[in-house]
Formats: sequence, structure tokens, C-alpha cells
Amino acid sequence: MDPRLEVIDKRLSGVKRVLAVTGGKGGIGKSLVASTLAMILSQLNYKVGLLDLDFSGPSTDLILGIEGVYPQEEKGIIPPEIYGIKFMSVIYYAEDNPAPLRGIDISNALVELLAITQWGSLDFLIVDMPPGIGDATLDTIRLMKKAEFLALTIPSKVALGTVKKMLSILQELNLPIIGLLENMRSRKSPSVEEKIIGFGVPYLGAIDFDENLESSLGNGDRLLETAFAHRLRDILLGTPQFKLSAVSNI
Amino acid sequence: MHEWALAEAVVSTALKAAKEGQLREITKIKVKMGELQQIDRGVFTSALQEIILPQEEMLKNAQIEIEAEKAAFQCRVCGHEWTYAEAKDQLDEEESESIHFIPEISHCYLRCPQCKSPDFKVIRGRGVWIDSIEGEQ
Repeated sequence: MDPRLEVIDKRLSGVKRVLAVTGGKGGIGKSLVASTLAMILSQLNYKVGLLDLDFSGPSTDLILGIEGVYPQEEKGIIPPEIYGIKFMSVIYYAEDNPAPLRGIDISNALVELLAITQWGSLDFLIVDMPPGIGDATLDTIRLMKKAEFLALTIPSKVALGTVKKMLSILQELNLPIIGLLENMRSRKSPSVEEKIIGFGVPYLGAIDFDENLESSLGNGDRLLETAFAHRLRDILLGTPQFKLSAVSNI
Repeated sequence: MHEWALAEAVVSTALKAAKEGQLREITKIKVKMGELQQIDRGVFTSALQEIILPQEEMLKNAQIEIEAEKAAFQCRVCGHEWTYAEAKDQLDEEESESIHFIPEISHCYLRCPQCKSPDFKVIRGRGVWIDSIEGEQ
């Protein structure tokens, strides 16, 4: 018997909402949306955690410029707080080394992290998911029963085609989907909103391609000043599906 | 005190299994402790006692049997098998500590001694596992 599975619910018992940022393809901005969402919610005085589940390509630490911190050991491990966000990632242990993990190893590492991380009390735990419907997504569905999914796409047939497959499986399993967010829209982009009409998933809005974003990576405060972050904040505050009012930030 | 979290997981699992098996009392929990995770047996045992105490009624006569299991790897590319005892000299203190928290991190720091591949599996001795739970109905 694997004892770790039994204790995961307890570790997440103080977490009110789990928002998993997901999408079918890599390179569409999931980590950026997850990191910025965590920063915005923290700025709005919510208690926030950020969990990077992309073990093969963790990048939330690079986006927020997190280095030189390490979890504290206290009846498990307590994630360090950066920008008011409790931050957990495999980078504390893998450092800059590649993590060549097969599915079974990803699953085992994910179970271990969930079993030993003491999140304490959080309004939101933002989960940065790796692309696709692989082990990390299946384990998030299996083990993080509170998870609500925020799906991301870019205005490309390829990205939209794959995210639709992911949304289909989430719908089939009757899992809560906050909606579909469009990233990197340009003036010439075809309409994603039109293409998901009738799909049964709310279209949350589009964030335009922000060519100044790259220079703000590595600094959470600068990231919050970008057009990307301002637009994400507007979408967050203007979207009833996020149900912010249901979670107290006082 | 990362051992505390795993000890708590063992007790929670035993209590759930006892409930499912309609046990009135747990008499024995047999735990396998894989070498790769380098759990401090003394700390783990103390943590178990601390967690068990408030659950005394169900666990007051429980005997905790801990069996150490040596860790071994097998390369998926060339099939070579080797032991953690042979590999651990390659690890510095920080790398060893990282594997203690997440044994899969061994893939970041260890390679097959024969073909140098990182694509290997842990064939035994990964971490903490409940072998059996015994009790009275």
C-alpha cells in the first residue's frame, strides 16, 4: 500500500480553491498565465500558493525570478514565500539539471510533493500544468479533487485543436472548467471565440501579444506592470466564473 | 522532519484500512523503508509514536515493524543492474538530500554506470511502503 495517497486530501484541506492552468500545447503561455495570476491574486490580498508541476520544463521560477530560497522542514516541507506567494517547484531539488523522467517517475514525484508539502491556509493554489493530457494532468484529476481548470490556447488551429481534446476529456469527467482564455492574439488572428461557440466552455477573453513582455521576465513586480498582466487582471476581475467574491480576501 | 509527513501518511492509511476491514484494533503495521529515500529511522519512529498517541484506542497495542530494503536500479537502455550502495559515492551531500525529499530526483544526478544513460528504473527500495496491516475484528 502506498501510504502517501491517503494524506494528500489532508495536505490540501486548508486550500479553498485549486486553479489548474492547462492547455494542449507547450509554448502557449501556461506558466506565464499561472505565475501572473498568482501575482495578481496575491496583490489583491488573497493567500496564494503556486505549484509548478511541469517537472521536465519548470519555468515559473524563471518568470518570477525566484532563486536562493528553499523550503523549510517542519512536519513535511513548507514552501518559501516570495511576493507573498507560497512557491513550490521541483527546482529546489533538481536545480538547473535536466529531469529526464518517465511517466511513472513523474507520477511518483508528484505524489511525493503533494504528500509532504504543508500548504497551510490558502485562498488559491495555482497549479502550472505541463502540456497535454499526460501523467501530471491525470494525477491532478485523481489527487487534487478541488481542481478547477483554466484552459489556455493561442489563436492557432493546432493549439485550438489540442485544447479542445483536453476540454472534451474534462467535460466527459464532469470536472469544473472556468473557461478558455486566449493568449498571444494579434490583429491578424482568426477568432477563437467564434470557433468555440457551441462547445459548452465559456470564452473568457483574449490577451494580445505583448512584445515588451520578455524584458519583464525574471521580476514579479515588473511583470505586474505589463500590458499582459493588466489585461489578465481585467479578465480575472470581470469574469464571474472565477467566483472571486466567493473567496474572502480580508 | 520530512519523516513526520510520511509517518502521518502511514498512520492515516492504517486507520483507513482498519475502517474498511472493520477492525476494532490494529495490532501490527509492517512498513518497508526503501534505502533510496534515506529516511532517518529514529526520527520516523518517534514521529509515528507522536502521531499514534492521540489515536491510542485503535492503535494502543500496535506493533510497528520496519524492514529496511536495499535500493537497486536497472537501466532501461542496456539492462545493467546496480545498487544504490554502489552509486551513492557519486552524490554530494546536497544531491543526496534532494533525493531524500523526492527519490525520482535520482534521475538528475545518477547515470547507468555501464552506458551512462539517465533512463533507468528503481527496481526496489524507493521509499516508504506499507507491506501489511494486521488487526482484530
